[in-house]
Amino acid sequence: MSEVLVLVETADGAVKKVSLELLTLARGIGQPAAVVAEAGIDPASLAEYGAETIYVAEAAELNNYVVGPKVDLLAQLVAEKSPAAVLIPSTAEGKEIAGRLAVRANSGVITDAVAIAADGTATQSIFGGSIIVESKVSTGTPIITVRPNSSPAEPAPAAGTVVPVQVELSDGSTAAKVTNRVVAEQGGRPELAEAAVVVSGGRGVGGEDGFGVIEALADSLGAAVGASRAATDAGWYPHQYQVGQTGKTVSPNLYIANGISGAIQHRAGMQTSKTIVVVNKDPEAPIFELADFGVVGDLFSVVPQLTDEIKTRQG
Amino acid sequence: MKIAVCVKQVPDTWAEKKLSDSDNTLDRASVEAVMNELDEYAVEEALLISEANDGEVVAVSMGPERAEETVRKALQMGADSGIHIHDESLKGSDALATSLVLAEVLKDRGFDLIIFGSESTDARMSVVPAMVAERLGRPQLTFANKVDVDGGTVKIQRLTDYGYDEVEGASPAVVSVVEKINEPRYPSFKGIMAAKKKPIETVALAESGIDAGQVGLGAAWSEVASAAPRPPKAAGVKIDDEGAGGSKIAEFLSEQKFI
Repeated sequence: MSEVLVLVETADGAVKKVSLELLTLARGIGQPAAVVAEAGIDPASLAEYGAETIYVAEAAELNNYVVGPKVDLLAQLVAEKSPAAVLIPSTAEGKEIAGRLAVRANSGVITDAVAIAADGTATQSIFGGSIIVESKVSTGTPIITVRPNSSPAEPAPAAGTVVPVQVELSDGSTAAKVTNRVVAEQGGRPELAEAAVVVSGGRGVGGEDGFGVIEALADSLGAAVGASRAATDAGWYPHQYQVGQTGKTVSPNLYIANGISGAIQHRAGMQTSKTIVVVNKDPEAPIFELADFGVVGDLFSVVPQLTDEIKTRQG
Repeated sequence: MKIAVCVKQVPDTWAEKKLSDSDNTLDRASVEAVMNELDEYAVEEALLISEANDGEVVAVSMGPERAEETVRKALQMGADSGIHIHDESLKGSDALATSLVLAEVLKDRGFDLIIFGSESTDARMSVVPAMVAERLGRPQLTFANKVDVDGGTVKIQRLTDYGYDEVEGASPAVVSVVEKINEPRYPSFKGIMAAKKKPIETVALAESGIDAGQVGLGAAWSEVASAAPRPPKAAGVKIDDEGAGGSKIAEFLSEQKFI
């Protein structure tokens, strides 16, 4: 059985959950092989989630330049191993790696997949989730980026044989050098793109101060905070938390939209969330069309009550 | 300093988009077309850098006949001239083909910077700038929320999931900019009048040295097997808050095992 390469994404030296989701998904297509592009990563979780082989490249260059060296590494493995597919987390950087790898390997690329069938057919949700597309790479090695939270991570212990890889850097790949990394204050919350639960606020939050109740609810659930464009444009919440077209696309297990009307602009960024809860004063707000559970009411009474109730239930 | 700014004509951001029945490509005729919103930031950034460095800005667009409107919009904002890459065989081109055409057309024209918006609001892949950098073997300075040009060195702040990276590379470089990097200007009346006289060069595929077999829907590296509207979501529960709305949500979350 051919290998399926999974590019492992890490944060602070730990394997991110999306990598385990991709290893789980890879089992349906071929034999999962993890690709680690960093020194000092514990391979145990990768083996536990099904990696038969773990390719580890530890050259410092892999993380000192924008994207290029990781493309070198994957291109090298694609040429040597002729994998059935390459799976990469569908983050901004993951998509860039996939795009450049596709050029390098003369292969088709599909981004933002939410599911992959055994024959490599990928399911995408486009135009703000209003259309479901099934597509397949027809040239070269299928390179597919998959959205975090698209499928569960399920353990299936495998050999996890570690194979060191020396990466040969190409000329163009070290052209953009990272001279400094700045980590923004996340307030201890998970990353928006990967969070299993997202709590968002929109126009109805009314101002910067109003986001206090949104953050309190998020913290009671261990959730990330998001905002609609109306809220970020008004300067009530930092722009990097904007969910929607021109902002982040999220696909969490639970999305709680507070005071958000649900313009196509916003729906485009959250429509594939598994369970959607809505709180809005306006019973006609289009966001209710997406709601699994909706409450027509004032978020400033509903949300704090919900936060208290969650804290009580969690003891 | 010579700057290319790549602009794309897309369906209006706020409009519902659909696919054409015949070949599953975007039905571009049925909706109002505008300059991709993020490309307005790219044009503004190109103009700001050009103004500070006594430069020249060339607006470049690949697209059908009416995409010339988008090149013209960039000229109205202040770009000096335009290039419109237009050929029937380009219809349905995917990101790989688009990046190939842009790289081939732009590579020998002496540009110091090639600037893009960080994504188009229709395809939303955000890969074309990276692919163009790959094809040209030049620095990929993408997702910039700050760009500084210092002689032959281009420095950016690259937005990341955790904050930002400071990145630098030698020009010529490929840059993409995020929303809010600047405040795009509106075309002035004078700008609109002046744009009428600015030249737009139309480039056909043959002139770019690319074979028609490498581009368009037929040459796509991936193919769409099916496309269907998302099945309507089963109607959820909707209640009025009569004082216990928050508790009712908590009950629902508990049933669903979220708490």
